[in-house]
Amino acid sequence: MSNKLEVRQLNAWFGTTQALHDISLTIPDGAVTAIIGPSGCGKSTFIRCLNRMHEVVPGTRATGEVLLDGNNIYGSGVDPVQIRGKVGMVFQKPNPFPTMSISDNVTAGLRLNGERRTRGELATIVERSLRQAALWEEVKNNLNASGISLSGGQQQRLCIARALAVEPEVLLMDEPCSALDPIATTKIEALIHELKQEYTILIVTHSMQQAARVSDYTAFMYLGRLVEFGPTNKIFTTPENKETEDYITGRFG
Amino acid sequence: MANVGTESVQLNSATSNVSWSPIHRQVNLGDWLFRGLTALFAGCVIALLVGIFAILTWESTDAIRRFGIGFLTSTKWDPVFKEFGALAFIYGTLLSSALALLQAVPLSIGTAVFLSEIAPGWLRAPVSFLVELLATIPSVIYGLWGIFVLVPWMRSYIGPALSSTLGFLPFFQGPNYGVSVLTASIILAIMTVPYITSVTHEVLRAVPPMQREAALALGATKWEMIRLAVLPFGRTGIIGAIMLGLGRAIGETMAVTMVIGNRADISASFFAPGSTMASVIANEFNEATYDLYVQVLVEVGLVLLLVTVVVNILARVLVWSVRTGPTGAARA
Repeated sequence: MSNKLEVRQLNAWFGTTQALHDISLTIPDGAVTAIIGPSGCGKSTFIRCLNRMHEVVPGTRATGEVLLDGNNIYGSGVDPVQIRGKVGMVFQKPNPFPTMSISDNVTAGLRLNGERRTRGELATIVERSLRQAALWEEVKNNLNASGISLSGGQQQRLCIARALAVEPEVLLMDEPCSALDPIATTKIEALIHELKQEYTILIVTHSMQQAARVSDYTAFMYLGRLVEFGPTNKIFTTPENKETEDYITGRFG
Repeated sequence: MANVGTESVQLNSATSNVSWSPIHRQVNLGDWLFRGLTALFAGCVIALLVGIFAILTWESTDAIRRFGIGFLTSTKWDPVFKEFGALAFIYGTLLSSALALLQAVPLSIGTAVFLSEIAPGWLRAPVSFLVELLATIPSVIYGLWGIFVLVPWMRSYIGPALSSTLGFLPFFQGPNYGVSVLTASIILAIMTVPYITSVTHEVLRAVPPMQREAALALGATKWEMIRLAVLPFGRTGIIGAIMLGLGRAIGETMAVTMVIGNRADISASFFAPGSTMASVIANEFNEATYDLYVQVLVEVGLVLLLVTVVVNILARVLVWSVRTGPTGAARA
């Protein structure tokens, strides 16, 4: 399996507080990689560095290299806006645009880059994206309803559809199920399983069961450092590191 | 079932014996006073509004009887022959306020967007302080500035520039004295900018970071983020801010009276002198030598109050319809 992302010596700060210390790992293509670790260990910061969202917060910075298909997204002259089109993101709390309809939410990203599309093309993309996000059957008769009229789980799938509509190569999911009930969580997890055929997915999760269920690879982070990274079944059965084992067996965190 | 029933009866009788049972709690005097007092204050505000309305109606009864509905549709204003109609002033009020908003809204929203989204942190506080300082300048000072600075500018620069570029429109034709509806609208725009700006600024600051990040994560540039996430999210608040400015513009008296030219006439040209409801009251109250004249001016005040109320109701309806109305209105 080839590598989609290669992270080298990534460091990140909030002001003077260093949140990430020398993270280096490679993310395989077309697989699901879970990032686990206790609260505050830098999981979210880490994936926010992969689409240059970290720097959006004032006073933050990051150093190191993140190679997307061999090209450093932190290289000079790289436009973060372009990167975010290739590396999509789904957030912890569903955040559809409240003033937009369901279909407008899906096409929001498409209407950005100035590319003109016909109504028909947009309708095709709306259907494709909503189908990919396993939401189509539930909303197909109601595409003009407000995005926030949906349930929490549906809103999160709408946000996934919105991210998929711009056809990213990598999808970052920052605890996408933490605000959802178990049924909605099951749906999102099934969806992640489907999506990995076409996308490289990174998912930050607090739930080790979820990591075990959905991911092919798992990275364990602690105190801003990458402790262990490997195939999920190995991390969960025979971890090499004592801290990983303690965390996974529930002895801390 | 029977068992459960007796059990609950026993429970009830048990609790009713306890003196602090919540059902039989003594009414707290402080609570009672507080409730009464706040209700009284709220009632005062309503009574005040109703009272003003009643007095204005009472004091203008003869005028209302004499001119009827024609008062609102006639432009004739002739104190000598005792012929009165308020249409010219209603027109002047609405036109000068609308022109003022036309200038103030883009300026205010632009400033607010700059302050909340673009300006570096150290610049925000001083600039918003200066903008809010504009609101503290007494309107008579704006009027003086208008007479000594804006009116001459209007005469020698702004007016000629407008008539040479947009002179094909009837709005920018005709003699330009300097004092005009347009001049008044510029003063009003300057006076409403601080209100619209500071409210809009607060509204934009209240847009959740998650909304901004949702747009950025889709590959939006800063401007696209503002257009996609920030402005649509804040639109009800922004409309509210504009309406606050409009309310201020409609009622403004002193500065307008000093620069509008005070002519009771409707003209297509924005260069023409005009009059507003507020300015005619301020101007002519001292000259109102007979009872009917005073009554007529009070009636103008009543109309002004009604126009303000109507505008505010429309604004409220607009805010409601935007908040609950059809979705997808934020199409780019």
